[in-house]
Amino acid sequence: MTNRCIVRLQDLRKSYQMGPVTVEALRGLSLEVTEGDYVMIMGPSGCGKSTLLNLLGCLDRPTSGQYILGDDDVSQLDDDSLSAIRGTRLGFIFQSYNLIQQLSVVENIEVPLYYQGVPESYSRMLATQIAERVGLKDRLDHKPFELSGGQQQRVAIARALVNDPLIIFADEPTGNLDSSSGNDILAVFDELHQQGKTLIMVTHSDEVSERAKRVIRLRDGQLEHDHKRH
Amino acid sequence: MGVTRLWRTIRLGLKSLWLHRLRSLLTVLGIVFGVCSVIAMLAIGEGASYEAQEQIRSLGSNNIIIRSVKPPDEKKTSSTTTYMVEYGLTYADISRIRATIPNVTVMVPGRVIRTDVWNAKQRVDCEIVGTVPWYPIINNHRVERGRFISELEMQAVSNVCVLGHDMARQLFPIDEPMGKTVRVGSDYYKVIGVMELKSHRAVAGTSNGNGGGDKGSGQTPQASPADSSPATDRMFIPLTAARRRFGEILIKSSSGSRAAERVELHEATVKVDSPEHVVESSLIISELLKRNHKKKDYELVVPLELLRQAERTKRIFSVVLGAIAAISLIVGGIGIMNIMLASVTERTREIGIRRALGAKRRDIVLQFLIETVLLSGVGGVIGVGLGLAIPFFITYFAEMKTIVTFWSPLIAFSISGLVGVIFGIYPALRAADMDPVEALRHE
Repeated sequence: MTNRCIVRLQDLRKSYQMGPVTVEALRGLSLEVTEGDYVMIMGPSGCGKSTLLNLLGCLDRPTSGQYILGDDDVSQLDDDSLSAIRGTRLGFIFQSYNLIQQLSVVENIEVPLYYQGVPESYSRMLATQIAERVGLKDRLDHKPFELSGGQQQRVAIARALVNDPLIIFADEPTGNLDSSSGNDILAVFDELHQQGKTLIMVTHSDEVSERAKRVIRLRDGQLEHDHKRH
Repeated sequence: MGVTRLWRTIRLGLKSLWLHRLRSLLTVLGIVFGVCSVIAMLAIGEGASYEAQEQIRSLGSNNIIIRSVKPPDEKKTSSTTTYMVEYGLTYADISRIRATIPNVTVMVPGRVIRTDVWNAKQRVDCEIVGTVPWYPIINNHRVERGRFISELEMQAVSNVCVLGHDMARQLFPIDEPMGKTVRVGSDYYKVIGVMELKSHRAVAGTSNGNGGGDKGSGQTPQASPADSSPATDRMFIPLTAARRRFGEILIKSSSGSRAAERVELHEATVKVDSPEHVVESSLIISELLKRNHKKKDYELVVPLELLRQAERTKRIFSVVLGAIAAISLIVGGIGIMNIMLASVTERTREIGIRRALGAKRRDIVLQFLIETVLLSGVGGVIGVGLGLAIPFFITYFAEMKTIVTFWSPLIAFSISGLVGVIFGIYPALRAADMDPVEALRHE
């Protein structure tokens, strides 16, 4: 493999103060992800999956340790810089789609570009192209509540792709979907992987995790198992 | 950040507000009423004070008006006997004032007799004013047609008269009054001029006080102007003629008793050369009259003082209005802030999504601040519209004068915008301070 390493975690720790108790969600996690990887993160609830995803997604800062994204150390950047990184280099797909209700499909897809200051005419064009790619061609002006769950998740995928991110994070993207539309969505992910996108997904389901080349199991905030298939 | 970006944020804000139309409208009502009441109240206040000031100014700002007043204690004499009350200004007072005060330029002594004037069957109840030829200069009251009384007619004690604007029309509804004669009692006066339209009601009315005149009493042609309602109009005759035809004694008979009053002059107007000298001159006159009159049977009216008083009153009025306006706008602002705080909580998830997709804190601040400013701005626009319409309707239906100064909508609107910014900052900061992770987890 000649692919470069785009995520390097070194002894990452995260603790929360919950009243008088300090909860250690991550206790010294080290991990590397290379470009084009398709990584599943699994583990029982409370093992630190969500915390890890939040840290990887630059939504939160680690208590200690190092996180190198691309070539930059992002572990202790300020809020504005983290926002900029989220907007330009990362894409998010959530379990509950998280679309903005008052915006139409195409406007939802445009949101990341809006915060980068991309001119409206260009961002509209780009969003339309990507919506067509995920099969939403004739739903562009619909509002989220007019769409099915599977369609809403497609909008979310399109939104995650619009800024051509370095990594796409997905937090149980099929958790709210029936198996058939879930499989459709997973097919889209497979396709993205084949196109060379880097995907990191959190899931509970073994069935889902089988699709990925690499499965990481967490337990008690530590890496339990890192299994790579070829 | 460019203008297009701002414009997109504004459009986004409008979209969010439009999503909750009724809520937005109700939120904005506070600002609407605040702004519209400020404009309407200022317009009414401005109109009222303008009228008052015009009336005062019409008396002449360089003038001091001295009027005879019946002293109150003279009234309680036995009701059956005939007696004579002597009061008021005298010709001696006039010459004293003229001799003492150097700044006095002109004086118009006047006698005022309340009576009926006839032209054939047409009758008008009016005040006949015996005065001097320079009356028009002093009172800013010009002759519309013909001319005023001349010096010659003054000396010759001629029976000529100048009619007031309204009474000329009442006495001569069809024909031209000039050169005709009118009858007062048994005397006939030749009309030599008609005055322009002007109301004396303002100050004459306030100083004379009580209403209810002697309109129907044809048998008592002479009555003191001090205790009758202000006449609709004035007719001017030479002072000398007034003195000769009407004398100085007024006889009033009522229910078996006869009362007589002797008044030399009913009023005099003193014109001072410049406004700076008005106050000191009025003090000198007051002193002079005090020394020569046993009782206070006169009053001094200084229009300039009244004008200043009116201005002071107006200033107080403006301060009170400003306070009311400020309070109502603050109340409106609090209403907006309340709704925006609720909206921020309600849209926590949206804030989280936007933050995850790259929105910086200041993007969120801007988004919510713009929504608040839009709310208060729209409220301001509606308020200005209503505020401009209300004075119009008041003028139209209540026939009150209203003046909308051009800065009052401007100020009201900018204050409403300012309220939006001030009361929008806190909810916007609260929205921006949310932790993205927490916000995304929010249900």
